[in-house]
Amino acid sequence: MTASTATAAGGYAFAYLDDQTKRMIRRAILKAIAIPGHQVPFAARDMPMPYGWGTGGIQVTAAILGPADVLKVIDQGADDTTNAVSIRKFFKTTANVAVTTRTTEATVIQTRHRIPETPLGPGQILVYQVPIPEPLRFLEPRETETRVMHALADYGLMHVKLYEDIATHGRIAKTYAYPVKVEGRYVMDPSPTPKFDNPKMHLSPALQLFGAGREKRIYALPPFTHVVSLDFEDHPFEPTRFDAPCALCGATGVYLDEVVTDDAGGRMFVCSDTDHCETRRAEGHHGTEWAGEATEATA
Amino acid sequence: MYVAVKGGEAAIDNAHAWLADRRRGDRAVAEIAPDQIREQLTLAVDRVMNEGSLYDRDLAALAIKQSRGDLIEAAFLVRAYRTTLPRFGATEPLDTGAMAVARRISATYKDLPGGQILGPTFDYTHRLIDFALAADGEPPRAPTAPADAAAMPRVTDLLAGEGLLEADSPYDPEAPVGDLTREPVTYPAARDLRLQQLARGDEGFLLALAYSSQRGFGSTHPFAGEIRMGEVELEFDCADLGFAVPLGSITVTECQMVNQFAGSADAAPAFTRGYGLAFGHAERKVMAMALVDRALRTQELGGEVVAPVQDQEFVLSHADNIQATGFVEHLKLPHYVDFQAELGLVRKLRAEWTARREARDAAADTLADREAAE
Repeated sequence: MTASTATAAGGYAFAYLDDQTKRMIRRAILKAIAIPGHQVPFAARDMPMPYGWGTGGIQVTAAILGPADVLKVIDQGADDTTNAVSIRKFFKTTANVAVTTRTTEATVIQTRHRIPETPLGPGQILVYQVPIPEPLRFLEPRETETRVMHALADYGLMHVKLYEDIATHGRIAKTYAYPVKVEGRYVMDPSPTPKFDNPKMHLSPALQLFGAGREKRIYALPPFTHVVSLDFEDHPFEPTRFDAPCALCGATGVYLDEVVTDDAGGRMFVCSDTDHCETRRAEGHHGTEWAGEATEATA
Repeated sequence: MYVAVKGGEAAIDNAHAWLADRRRGDRAVAEIAPDQIREQLTLAVDRVMNEGSLYDRDLAALAIKQSRGDLIEAAFLVRAYRTTLPRFGATEPLDTGAMAVARRISATYKDLPGGQILGPTFDYTHRLIDFALAADGEPPRAPTAPADAAAMPRVTDLLAGEGLLEADSPYDPEAPVGDLTREPVTYPAARDLRLQQLARGDEGFLLALAYSSQRGFGSTHPFAGEIRMGEVELEFDCADLGFAVPLGSITVTECQMVNQFAGSADAAPAFTRGYGLAFGHAERKVMAMALVDRALRTQELGGEVVAPVQDQEFVLSHADNIQATGFVEHLKLPHYVDFQAELGLVRKLRAEWTARREARDAAADTLADREAAE
């Protein structure tokens, strides 16, 4: 009996999916890695969580997880958002793997909408939950058409859309799910991560896997893949910038959440990546709204 | 001082406890048992088996109880359970001509071999709330009669015998059975996969599509050739034994729609078919399915695809209510990271707009001052 056939709690297979299903998903993953940025169809299963809530990422994670893995799950950059808690609990129950909130300790990180601020290293795998894998979907709703466009590398429609943005708004008005070109070939949807995170995908030493359950697609970026955000010479790609540092840890150059503190226009900006923020505070950094350990203990 | 929103785990546990408590309702009222649901809410059970894609009355009844009567949620529970079941193979095709019929009607003939059998139907009931059902008391048993031994051939077989109806596609026992739960759909999808998706599809969605075709968005000019409901025997072709083994019988409803004829230089004019089949007693479902099936054949029958109901990608990719409800309801999940990105952009665009407006107003003022001075 291999590790993956060992049953976990409740009489279900290790990490819920049976071996045949895992094999099918692994084949799709391998093909996706072999053709970076290309969407590989796979026979996604009905999972015990709703479609649109991470079933694609969950199936990818279930297929790659081994008993020795350390799993981290984030949603909006945070480990303690309800859906991240729910998914982490699912794998804790069905696969009995070690879980962590520390980016550096994790071997597999499942994410929705963010890439951790701490740079990922070799051997780590980032699994994205993807709602709509097709970057051309909102320009052309038909799969039959978009498949042909990818096959011919015919991305004129996308460039026209970006150009129209500039004509209307003076800039490319896409702030998340900002399309990228992979290895100069496929245009890919980075999932609805803010465009702030796009540069982190480029030449990342980690393996990046994307799972879309409802749409039944898997795609991948092998380590050290060229990932370039689409732009124009006179309108180069500009990642989102924030004016102030994190109010808790004082970090700059990180993605911030706006927290409304009262009903009189009061707001503060704090790290979206909770692990990054906590680690910095533990190291002694602090921002304007957090003075140090003692304050938190009495809060 | 900002306190991070923590405690997702405790919140989830408490929410589940509250849900279970609400499910139980007023504890002064007797708790409902799954077998009561199975026996007395049979049509709900049938719907959950269809959309859950699994014939198991007990499991569907339990799922209805667990979901507090939310039938899409119940079908979802059944689907997730279905994922964990091993597969042994496929049964032999059902012979619905050999059905032990409980109901059989045809709208195309006044009378026909085997006769018209109304069976247990809401048709012709007056929809008056029956307050007697709120009181105790058993209804009288329905009268019975010996089953008619006469064969009850399908209406479509009678029509096809005369060549008036297009022939069914020939059955090839060696051909693989398409299964869109094992292979992702690619378009155009063959009819077996289309029918599979329609059989799993949301009854309300199919109903609305079928209705749209009746109102002129892709009309098929249908007649209800036959609707029959009853028990059919299942046989499983066991490779190890080399012969088919009976597994028992299931209740199904079948609808054969007979639609406006097609013909060409090569084929004589003949009526065309639309087909619907569902678990249990599900007439609305199979009639809608048959109309949609026929509409999806528009292209193969030489018609032009102009309406949503005729459009494979539109119909097949949106028929699954488990997928639909998940994606619609996922908007409940936090999206604040993306919203933040949009907020930043809108603020920037508004600031630019205001700056432009002020510059324009200032220019207009200067012009006005100058004109006034001249």
